[in-house]
Amino acid sequence: MSDHAKSSPLKSYFGVWIALLVGTYLTYAVAKLDLGPYNAAVALIIATTKALLVALFFMHLKGASEKLLKVVVISTIFFLFILVALSMADYATRWYS
Amino acid sequence: MSDSQATAQTSVHEDLHSPALLHHFATEEQQRNASSFGMWIFLGTEVMFFGGLFVSYLIYRLWYFGDFGAASKSIDAGLGATNTAVLICSSLTVVLAIWGAQIANRKLMIGSLILTMLFGLAFLGIKGKEYKDKFEEHHVPGASFSFEKVPIPGHPDQYANPRHAQIFFALYFVMTGLHALHMVVGLGIFTWLLIMAWKGRFTPEYHTPLEIGGLYWHFVDIIWIYLFPLLYLIDRHP
Amino acid sequence: MSMATPIVTPVEREDYLNKEYGVASWLLTTDHKRIALLYLISITFFFFIGGFFALLIRLELLTPAGDLVQADTYNKLFTMHGQVMVFFFLIPSIPAVLGNFLIPMMIGAKDLAFPRINLLSWYLYIIAGIMMLHCILTGGVDTGWTFYTPFSTAFSNTKVIEAGLAIFVSGFSSILTGLNFVVTIHRMRAPGMTWSRLPLFVWSHYATSIIQILGTPVIAITLVLVVAERALHLGIFDPKLGGDPLLFQHLFWFYSHPAVYIMILPSMGVVSEVIACFSRKRIFGYHFVALSSLAIAVFGFLVWAHHMFVAGISVYAALVFSLLSYSVAVPSAVKVFNWTATLYKGSIHYDAPMLYAFGFLGLFTMGGLTGLFLAALGIDVHVTDTYFVVAHFHYIMVGGALMGYLGGLHFWWPKISGRLYPEGWARLAALIVFVGFNLTFFPQFILGYVGMPRRYYQYPGEFQVLNVMSTAGATVLGIGYLLPMIYFLWSMRYGKPAPDNPWKAAGLEWQTQSPPTTFNFEKEPVVTWEAYNYDEIDTGHKEEVKVVG
Repeated sequence: MSDHAKSSPLKSYFGVWIALLVGTYLTYAVAKLDLGPYNAAVALIIATTKALLVALFFMHLKGASEKLLKVVVISTIFFLFILVALSMADYATRWYS
Repeated sequence: MSDSQATAQTSVHEDLHSPALLHHFATEEQQRNASSFGMWIFLGTEVMFFGGLFVSYLIYRLWYFGDFGAASKSIDAGLGATNTAVLICSSLTVVLAIWGAQIANRKLMIGSLILTMLFGLAFLGIKGKEYKDKFEEHHVPGASFSFEKVPIPGHPDQYANPRHAQIFFALYFVMTGLHALHMVVGLGIFTWLLIMAWKGRFTPEYHTPLEIGGLYWHFVDIIWIYLFPLLYLIDRHP
Repeated sequence: MSMATPIVTPVEREDYLNKEYGVASWLLTTDHKRIALLYLISITFFFFIGGFFALLIRLELLTPAGDLVQADTYNKLFTMHGQVMVFFFLIPSIPAVLGNFLIPMMIGAKDLAFPRINLLSWYLYIIAGIMMLHCILTGGVDTGWTFYTPFSTAFSNTKVIEAGLAIFVSGFSSILTGLNFVVTIHRMRAPGMTWSRLPLFVWSHYATSIIQILGTPVIAITLVLVVAERALHLGIFDPKLGGDPLLFQHLFWFYSHPAVYIMILPSMGVVSEVIACFSRKRIFGYHFVALSSLAIAVFGFLVWAHHMFVAGISVYAALVFSLLSYSVAVPSAVKVFNWTATLYKGSIHYDAPMLYAFGFLGLFTMGGLTGLFLAALGIDVHVTDTYFVVAHFHYIMVGGALMGYLGGLHFWWPKISGRLYPEGWARLAALIVFVGFNLTFFPQFILGYVGMPRRYYQYPGEFQVLNVMSTAGATVLGIGYLLPMIYFLWSMRYGKPAPDNPWKAAGLEWQTQSPPTTFNFEKEPVVTWEAYNYDEIDTGHKEEVKVVG
């Protein structure tokens, strides 16, 4: 977030943009293949990569002067993970339904 | 935190700082850092907000995978993919708008803001078409919901359980509806940003509202990046 | 006064109260201190409403038969007592009143990071409050404050949607307050105010804010789902459609358990300040107490399904949550030990705030220990949904949180109002509250243990004696609460003007005027001393750092 002009982030912006579009196409194409349970994993991996690209480059999280912002992102994801994981502690062990 | 310059500045006068500096802040940098930090925290709350929906979705998808697969197949993945691309382009135009402010290129800044909003409207338009389709097919949960004799993908001899399919559609409408609502709010924010930009309020030294509005917009994009594969692509292989 | 002394009208100093007059200057203020007072008035109003429902509950329970109100009405009474007290009184209370007022001053700032968002928080609270009032006046809700599905979504004939939306709006008030505090504490500290010099009151509000930020959105989305299901018949929690009612409970309690830490942590912060001041000692184990606040915030998110032990979760999950629930008691115990160690060889003064702090120590400990009873699966099966649980959480929320709030109000009243409250009456009120509280809620432990279920409006005759004791105690407690309301109001007109630091307390807020000016400090303070430097204050070794011009 420094306000001196960057040397040219335009290359990285357009690069990320292309990568995001390619990722979208990949997601759509891979869904047509039968990878069994790995379909979901691949889709989520691609989605997470795209999300990271947006966060790091478009939202300027990479190279942000305050580490604090990264702490905010990581803690949020951590607590969301807790919600999922501990709920699954119940759902995964119910042995019915 | 504030250095010694801050104490000297407490008896500040308007000509020493930009009129955008609010008086309880010591420096513009402090104000900008605080604003950006505040927006990131707000985005954190939004992650938890949508997170509850993703958890609900996860559990029912695990329980009713076949029925969810059937329901997912009935929504238009082509439109979903197009919308994903639309939002990705809009995120690009957002960063271009900020870049325009940073290099004092008014045309780039304003043009990009307008493009962003056009992409946002396109997204909502496509979404509207999807909702219309669902309405016509009686896939909207409620009294007139109907999902009879739809085969489960991969098991052509089994039909999906309509009650479980209704749960899929309930989640589909709540998740995409909430997302669309956030898009509408985003369009409102960007309208205001456009007006401010038009009036010349943004300079290379001060364009914090653009940055903060941009963060919000990117977040809405990220949510959709997850919604697309989870809702549209559950079981698409032939 | 000698006859020869000329009567000199004291020059009225400008402060945040007299700086501007008029309704608009209050309703459009961005001064954190004025917003704190706006909250003080609003939450006191809702305290009365919640208390009124409690009164009706206790009146009904005077006799074994259900003879005062009908069963459906009774359901509404305990529901609305819970909702109003939790969402409209306890959750805002200390943060919105004392936190708003004090945090900027404690860190040496002129205001919070986002003063206009602070005002927005209050307006959201008021809008939510009006919605809730309207809901109450047009029939109320009978689902229990916990809104369990599918009763709330499919079967209840009361105003679930309106109540749900009201709480949704109040949740955003809470989120914005937490956001404001976190940014303020990170970004607005004065030079020299390092993290290790922060008052523990600030640490506890930081931890509280983290919970507000991360937890409240989850109940927000849960209420959205309940409203959507009820209005549009979506069926996410409906067993007839294959939905899982327990999903609602998981999502609900993911917030509502950490919510109880939102309610207690600020109070613990108050207790730290009061015990330090009235023992004239630095809090023992400052860093342990500070970090224990953060630990409570984090661990608090790991234990929610202990509210669901008998709801149908798997035994394995119950074991995991039981174990985790034991761990969350540890940081609370750390605090209690450190406060006690602070008292040891301290120079104890028994002013009213300290009486409330003592009450807190004992009652919070009892409430906390009985929480451990409930975390044990074997005991919980026996006492869940009985008055044992009711007594447990009232010991924490009333014996703990509310006593901390009252103690804090007394402690900082001279700063807030510029007046001294009458100490004699205050000590009496504190004793009445303590006696009334125990008389109300201790019998409820016994009632629960011998089997009286909660949320029932009639009960077997052999439980009547304990119920009568409880209602009698509630009456005493009510008197104890009325007294401060009366003498605080009285003091605003007739109380002795307060000096800037009547308690000779440590902390930057006491370096300001009583009441403070709008911008708190004439010059930004530069902090060169440690927190709780009572040894320096009492022996006069510290140079009086004049930060007020």
